[in-house]
Amino acid sequence: MLQTANQPDEDDLAIRGDNHSILKMVGIDKSFPGVKALQKVSFSVDRGEVHALVGENGAGKSTLMKILSGAYTSDHGAIWFDGEITAHASPSEMIDRGIAVIYQEFAQAPHLTVAENIFMHRLPTTRAGIVDWSEMEVQSVRYMERLGFAIDPRTQVSDLSVAQRQMVEIARAISRNAKLIVLDEPSAVLGDSELEKLFVTIRSLQDEGVSFIYISHRLKEVFDISQSVTVLKDGEVMKSDKTENWTTETLIQAMVGRSLTDYFPSRSPNFGDEVLRVTGLSCGDMVKDVSLSLRSGEILGVCGLAGAGRSELLRAIVGADAIDSGTIELHGNSATINSPRKAIALGLGFAPEDRKTEGLFLDQSVGFNITISRLRDFITGFRLNLGKEKAAVRGHIERLRVKTPTVETRIGNLSGGNQQKCVLAKQLNAKCDVLLVDEPTRGVDVGAKREIYDLLVELTEKNGLAILMVSSELPEILGMCDRILVMREGVMTAELTKDDASEEEIMKYATFH
Amino acid sequence: MTDLSTVKGTTKRAYLSYLPKGAGLIWVLVLLCVIAAILSPAFLNPANITNVLRQIALFGIVSIGMTFVILTKGIDLSIGSILGVCAVSTALLLTSGMSVPLTIIAVLLIGILMGAVNGIGITIGGVPPFIMTLGMMVMGRGLALTLANGQPIGLGERAADFMWLGRGFALGLPVPVWIFLVVAAVAIFTLRYTSYGRQIYAVGSNEEAARLSGINVKAIVFSVYVISGLLASLTALIFVSRLTVGEPTAGTGIELEAIAITVIGGTSLFGGEGGILGTMIGAAILAVLANIMNLVGVSPFTQQIVKGAIIVGAVLYEMMRKRKKSS
Repeated sequence: MLQTANQPDEDDLAIRGDNHSILKMVGIDKSFPGVKALQKVSFSVDRGEVHALVGENGAGKSTLMKILSGAYTSDHGAIWFDGEITAHASPSEMIDRGIAVIYQEFAQAPHLTVAENIFMHRLPTTRAGIVDWSEMEVQSVRYMERLGFAIDPRTQVSDLSVAQRQMVEIARAISRNAKLIVLDEPSAVLGDSELEKLFVTIRSLQDEGVSFIYISHRLKEVFDISQSVTVLKDGEVMKSDKTENWTTETLIQAMVGRSLTDYFPSRSPNFGDEVLRVTGLSCGDMVKDVSLSLRSGEILGVCGLAGAGRSELLRAIVGADAIDSGTIELHGNSATINSPRKAIALGLGFAPEDRKTEGLFLDQSVGFNITISRLRDFITGFRLNLGKEKAAVRGHIERLRVKTPTVETRIGNLSGGNQQKCVLAKQLNAKCDVLLVDEPTRGVDVGAKREIYDLLVELTEKNGLAILMVSSELPEILGMCDRILVMREGVMTAELTKDDASEEEIMKYATFH
Repeated sequence: MTDLSTVKGTTKRAYLSYLPKGAGLIWVLVLLCVIAAILSPAFLNPANITNVLRQIALFGIVSIGMTFVILTKGIDLSIGSILGVCAVSTALLLTSGMSVPLTIIAVLLIGILMGAVNGIGITIGGVPPFIMTLGMMVMGRGLALTLANGQPIGLGERAADFMWLGRGFALGLPVPVWIFLVVAAVAIFTLRYTSYGRQIYAVGSNEEAARLSGINVKAIVFSVYVISGLLASLTALIFVSRLTVGEPTAGTGIELEAIAITVIGGTSLFGGEGGILGTMIGAAILAVLANIMNLVGVSPFTQQIVKGAIIVGAVLYEMMRKRKKSS
């Protein structure tokens, strides 16, 4: 990995003496093994503005913000903040300089009071060195009033609403003299009226000279609150401009507008009978009254933004989470699926989103991982026939072109792509004919993605499997799926055919605007 | 972001993790025996060897149960108390006139039942294994003391019918050693050649992945506590037969011994890795070590210090190994 930030000289000069911007990030590169997360990203925020940062999932927004907060170090590039260059600063140094990042998951101690949370990192003390509780409470009230909220500083944070907790986070940022506050999808947890209050607070802090980076999927909010918008896509800045120069259409196009290459295998699908029918499925807050139908030989895509309930839908279908209502039919017979065990027995396989924590037994061998869902085929007499098992594993490995030295190799030592192939092999070994795959190419490098696509297509066309595929990557959905379902906040908002679908069309149904 | 684009480390150990991790372990045992023989000529005395073998058998049987539990990432602190309850029950049933076969069956059922209570608390109740079995440990000891009225219960004239189990010999080896070998053989077969055994490894390796792979995780977890309870009750029968007394304090602290043996034997406290052969060698290592210390006259207090240090050392070793593997 490249080590240091060597700054381009001309950019250096351009920034020096620029008192207009609070933040300038110049030529930021960041790679992870197999993935270029950010490429030459330049991004600047003016003093006192709200700058919206938008992009699809995986566009690089979080990586950029982690570099800003000091959680990651960039491979290349420079960051200027408040007139000073910040090289390799740690998160706490960045906070001291005045950058506060407020994530969706608040970093709060729920059992402490509002005042304690605001002053968590630097409790005021009396001259005797004892915590000065009254001073802390007085100051807390002052901060909360400044934000337009009246909360008793002695309230336990766990008793607050989400919106109030968000205010506590902002109060903490203000108490530490934050000059730039990053709000990571603040609206994801807020209702409309709460959002309006947040906007009032943002505007009043803006008048005091505080700048904001506002990350959101909801384009309406972007237009309501921001003065500038920067669009990131595939780790690069597509465009950065004043908000008034954007329209919803140009914004969506900038977020998704990439031509589909011949990256995806060609499909000549051959649909058979309906194999899976889901009617009125509800499960918790994330899946509400969803219906769908899937034929053999078909790849049905489910897309939506993060938190739209896509993964939860799959988990509900396979019985990983208990459903509240709805019916499931397999091959025309109604099925009660109350556990993944039952699902597999009925031929319904599931490849979860997070391979490492949910899909694999990392410490076990390739063979162990492939056969664990169905061992009974290898029993002769009353013992497992290890030779027979091994032969079957070899067959799967060959068929799915898994690259592994031996079947005994620890699966954690394989690459992401080969691990994913093993997860697919496991479903085949379990004789599943309906596969629910969640983010099949996450953490898989570019070359291996194509192999996974080829395999999925092959499984449907040659073996007549039916695949329900969730993906955050729209090109993947468009390139692979015969039909596409769009979800938003747990509800199915559209069903599009391959020919009707475009990234713009999908984003329209996936976002609020 | 730890995706590896290349495959590294083609060790065969992972798949065969149920085989002894270190063939190294057996050499530790051999080395210990050599040291013992040098330090004290009495070590090689047939009577002493028989004694050590019997020791290995007694601790080995409960440790096999512990190995099943630890493979699922659990822990069973209650085996000593289950042993105590079963020891008292054995003496009470025999002295009440029950036949030996019926007593054996009844006592084994008591062990199964107590293990089942652990299993239910852990799977249905969701109580962490550490707490559930800690509670059972305290309750069980109380129960044993209550049943026995705080007093050891002698077998009296029934001792003669029952002594064969703990004191008898068959084909030149003590009966408990045969029992241990049979239990170990069944356990090895189960873990290696049955899908049930494979599922135990799966649950310990990654519980959520196991559930999503269609494994009935609760049933598996429940079952290992039942096995552990059963083997504790079997050990109790041997104990009482050997001592011809049912003591309510029997088995105190044996859970720590069993954990030590399992860990020394290479079964990971993080679940999913290890096996019975390791545990058998682990039992032998601890028994030989204790024997050496007894022979050369190390005080029992000092022995405790050594044992404790060995447990921590074994876990430290495993942590270092893990760190190395994940780096």
